Amino acid sequence: MEPYLKHDSIAALMDRNNVDTDQIIPKQFLKKVERSGFGIHLFHDWRYNDDGSDNAEFELNKPAFKGAKILVAGDNFGCGSSREHAPWAIADYGFNTIISTSYADIFYNNCFKNGILAIRVSQEQLEQLMAEINANEGARFTVDLENQQVITPAGNGFTFEIDPFRKGNLLSGLDDIGLTLKHVDKISAYEVQHKQNFPWLWA
Amino acid sequence: MKKTMYEKIWDSHLVVDEAGQAPLIYVDRHLMHEVTSPQAFEGLKLSGRKVRNPHSILATMDHCVPTKNRHLPIADPIAKKQIETMADNCHENGLNLYDMKNPNNGVIHVVVPEHGFVHPGMVVVCGDSHTATHGAFGALAFGIGTSEVEHVMATQTLPQKKSKTMQVVVNGSLSKYASAKDIALAITGKIGTAGGTGYVIEYTGSAIRELSMEGRMTLCNMAIEAGARAGLVAPDEKTYEYLKGREFAPAGDYWDQALAYWKSLTSDEGAEFDTTVVLEGADIAPQVSWGTSPEQVVGVDGVVPSPDSFADEGKRKACEGALAYMGLTANTKITDIPVDLVFIGSCTNGRIEDFRIAAEVAKGTKVAPGVTALAVPGSYHVKKQAEDEGLDKIFIEAGWEWRDPGCSMCLAMNGDELTKGQRSASTSNRNFEGRQGKGGRTHLVSPAMAAAAAAAGHFVDIRTL
Repeated sequence: MEPYLKHDSIAALMDRNNVDTDQIIPKQFLKKVERSGFGIHLFHDWRYNDDGSDNAEFELNKPAFKGAKILVAGDNFGCGSSREHAPWAIADYGFNTIISTSYADIFYNNCFKNGILAIRVSQEQLEQLMAEINANEGARFTVDLENQQVITPAGNGFTFEIDPFRKGNLLSGLDDIGLTLKHVDKISAYEVQHKQNFPWLWA
Repeated sequence: MKKTMYEKIWDSHLVVDEAGQAPLIYVDRHLMHEVTSPQAFEGLKLSGRKVRNPHSILATMDHCVPTKNRHLPIADPIAKKQIETMADNCHENGLNLYDMKNPNNGVIHVVVPEHGFVHPGMVVVCGDSHTATHGAFGALAFGIGTSEVEHVMATQTLPQKKSKTMQVVVNGSLSKYASAKDIALAITGKIGTAGGTGYVIEYTGSAIRELSMEGRMTLCNMAIEAGARAGLVAPDEKTYEYLKGREFAPAGDYWDQALAYWKSLTSDEGAEFDTTVVLEGADIAPQVSWGTSPEQVVGVDGVVPSPDSFADEGKRKACEGALAYMGLTANTKITDIPVDLVFIGSCTNGRIEDFRIAAEVAKGTKVAPGVTALAVPGSYHVKKQAEDEGLDKIFIEAGWEWRDPGCSMCLAMNGDELTKGQRSASTSNRNFEGRQGKGGRTHLVSPAMAAAAAAAGHFVDIRTL
């Protein structure tokens, strides 16, 4: 995983609630056995017309949002299926940051495994950010994870909360499995106890 | 301190709990299917790691498998490769796989309980959000992403944040023809798809106790639709009766030991939940979803709501969008909505009880002209059981297609799907846009409601049949 660095980027806006993972990456693209190449299918059913051309009505197709790394979206983003293909598609498309009021649990976890910073803001903050983007499409926000800050041109910046463990992993780009395996002795000791307590599970 | 069942399971599975990092919890059972595992196996291989406990894993093929003409090669080359990759990965790592041709094959969340692979008090994961199903046994069961699948294979643990606890009480008894599915939809309608976010739900109350194990599985299955990490039902005599004698259930002296442990798992009298939601069983009418989110539901005796009936701006907009997508007009009576296709099956409603009640409704009827009706058992065992009871004949005589098991139209990855504008009555779990095929319109219902809609060609209040 690439370390997450301070950056400034265009912030794209999806003013919709309950965007589900079936929309983020529709099921017909889940048959691949690789992790890569999902970006072109991101939001497929909304993004493309039936003939395969770009749907000009779809917000992320706006020229002003081209190259955006930050996605500002409505409540309960990423609800539904556990498919990690959703954050793979989001990251492959180019986003590394999502800002919303809330996320579905599994999706939220999946983001951090893939170098995506999912920031939670209040409803009021979200509305300010949305208003700012609506007034100035193509506005560039600065995201500083180290200092847990977002800065915007119109002064709607804010600091955000994040679990220190998740923050550390994003900043360092560290592999979760490697970190867990530092505790392999404790896992082994737990298993010895587990076999004594629940022998039927090991029979 | 008095503890909820969730807290008991959590505490007994903590491996590491140190400041500055997420607690590590131990995983007892790991379930797998072909869609969310290949990249995890690849990652494991690339990093030179091995599966720590192959016996903790049970794998099946369900999402991409055809539900007819199984003897023929899979036509879709990408699906075929995914199926083959699953077989190779399981073989290389010495994992128990019920492949497409295995008599134990079926939808993972239907197959696993059939073999007694999940017991009360376990921590169970799967790269699939409907893992919540196994909470019906009093196991902490939840969906994970593919990176976490790899993590569990390599370490048998997961870094987890402790959830808050929500008690959902369903008092009294359900009325005739209301089912576990209707409870699940009514709860999602009441608290919303984000209502359970950050929580593990424990379902309590007499209407829950009265549910069969199959019903409890249906209910817990849809805990995720209310946003919850997991759903739990405390084990009781029905649970023990169900498990006893199954392949992976404890046997001999171990049975008594296990039973004593399971009985200790129920939430302590007076244990506190972070929040409580109460429903009256008798008030729950058969539900029908009208929109594109499982919270957009109404009783079958109701009407399609108007956007103006929502005070919340977000919900009003969501209603507008859903009505446009679904091709519905506000204030239309639910029973006036026609259907083109009916699907009974999935990890939500693909068990024997579901086919029994649907067959009871379908018996002596004919599928309405222009309607296609699919009965897709959740597993080969369900299929065989149904056939032994003669249910297949009832469906076939009524004009239904009687298929082989798989996820099928629940997410339409295997070629069974709606075409643009087609409308379904479906016993599955999600009515998201395009879930059953691009432009397809899904109405979520119980098996009895689905069977009645197939015969009438539109939704029917089954309480009036």
